[in-house]
Amino acid sequence: MRKYSPKDNVQAKAKYTDRFWVAPQVPREPVEDAHFAAVLEKMKAAVEVLDAYVEIGQLVIHIRPEQNVDALRTLKEECDYAMCSELSAVDYLARDGEFEIFYQLLNLKERKRTRILTRIKEDQAIESIVPLYDMAKFAEREMYDMFGIYVNNHPYLKRIIMPDDWEGHPLRKTYPLEGDEFASWYEVDKIFGKEYRDIIGPENRDPARIDRYDTQRFARVGHEVPFGADPSLVDETETPVEYSSELLADYNKGPHKVLDKRK
Amino acid sequence: MAQHQVNYASSGGLPVALTTVDRLLNWGRSNSLWPLTYGLACCAIEMMASGASRFDFDRMGVIFRASPRQADVMILAGTLSKKHAEFARRLYDQMAEPKWVISMGSCANTGGMFNTYATVQGVDRIIPVDIYLPGCAPRPETLQYAMMMLQKKIRREPADQKKRKLQRFV
Repeated sequence: MRKYSPKDNVQAKAKYTDRFWVAPQVPREPVEDAHFAAVLEKMKAAVEVLDAYVEIGQLVIHIRPEQNVDALRTLKEECDYAMCSELSAVDYLARDGEFEIFYQLLNLKERKRTRILTRIKEDQAIESIVPLYDMAKFAEREMYDMFGIYVNNHPYLKRIIMPDDWEGHPLRKTYPLEGDEFASWYEVDKIFGKEYRDIIGPENRDPARIDRYDTQRFARVGHEVPFGADPSLVDETETPVEYSSELLADYNKGPHKVLDKRK
Repeated sequence: MAQHQVNYASSGGLPVALTTVDRLLNWGRSNSLWPLTYGLACCAIEMMASGASRFDFDRMGVIFRASPRQADVMILAGTLSKKHAEFARRLYDQMAEPKWVISMGSCANTGGMFNTYATVQGVDRIIPVDIYLPGCAPRPETLQYAMMMLQKKIRREPADQKKRKLQRFV
């Protein structure tokens, strides 16, 4: 039976995996720290907290996606979280049909970090946090570029890494690592036009490719043709691989003595 | 160029050298190859080292120029992303004939380890390449050797543009 490969996650997998191995989970501790408890109290007063725990010394709070600006405003203005160090998304479309958006915040006075997690559907948009944190101008553009998540009321929502005329969002699990049809012809289409595809040919993704009909870079021993000769001159006959037992040395049989220690 | 040196003892004491127009033009071209100052990735660091005093490209007449209009050689030093391919090609088009291209390093040759959606899998997909220089990243000596190979190639080929173009594609 052919191996099942899911279409909604085309990313490269490890070839050998232990099917009974269970990834260890990071332990989730209750919120006991005085600062985190105070933060959680203020958050509960401001927004609906779906879940809250401490993970590796960082407070993690799950909220509803519509309340992301309110939650971050509470953290910034009431809890002194002056910095948003990272903001992006995680693709859980294959598993849950949702994106997880995270906001990593830093309190410089208390030296504490808090992460706000929220989940949105694929066709759902999220409100921009640019009024609170200016770093979101680039981070939300990157999120839009890489995942295709629309951000409402962003001042300049435009692709930031990929070209403006790119199709697809590369960090989604459905996007193949080596690119789709559009990506593989992008530079050819852009520079020369689609009619040049036949002249230039598809990308060579195999670093060890040997082309018998390429008479400039390859030669077959015993069937040599002049450099750059017409491919029709290439000899089609198959020669079986010949092995010479005289040339190949068998070091197991030799007259040498194997030391007892090595046995 | 030893072959064009005036030998006062053998040519009757006359400062005369006989040669062909092809050789004269190619002598001039091959000994003043001006590459474009154009670095794409880490290979550019090696390219800069080649130009600096320790490895000294100037002694070979190789002087980096900051404008494609003044350059003869384009050294594609590093990973060419698909977003940038358009501009690399535009710079190549802006260079005046005669022009040559060195593809420096694995990434420029084949895409190298960047077997991804965003990297051009070999710059020869968009620009005709004269010399492929392997390495990751090639040492400055290797780039100088590539430049010497390019000089050899220039000295071998006809100086006439039309004749030379027949040997190329695109």
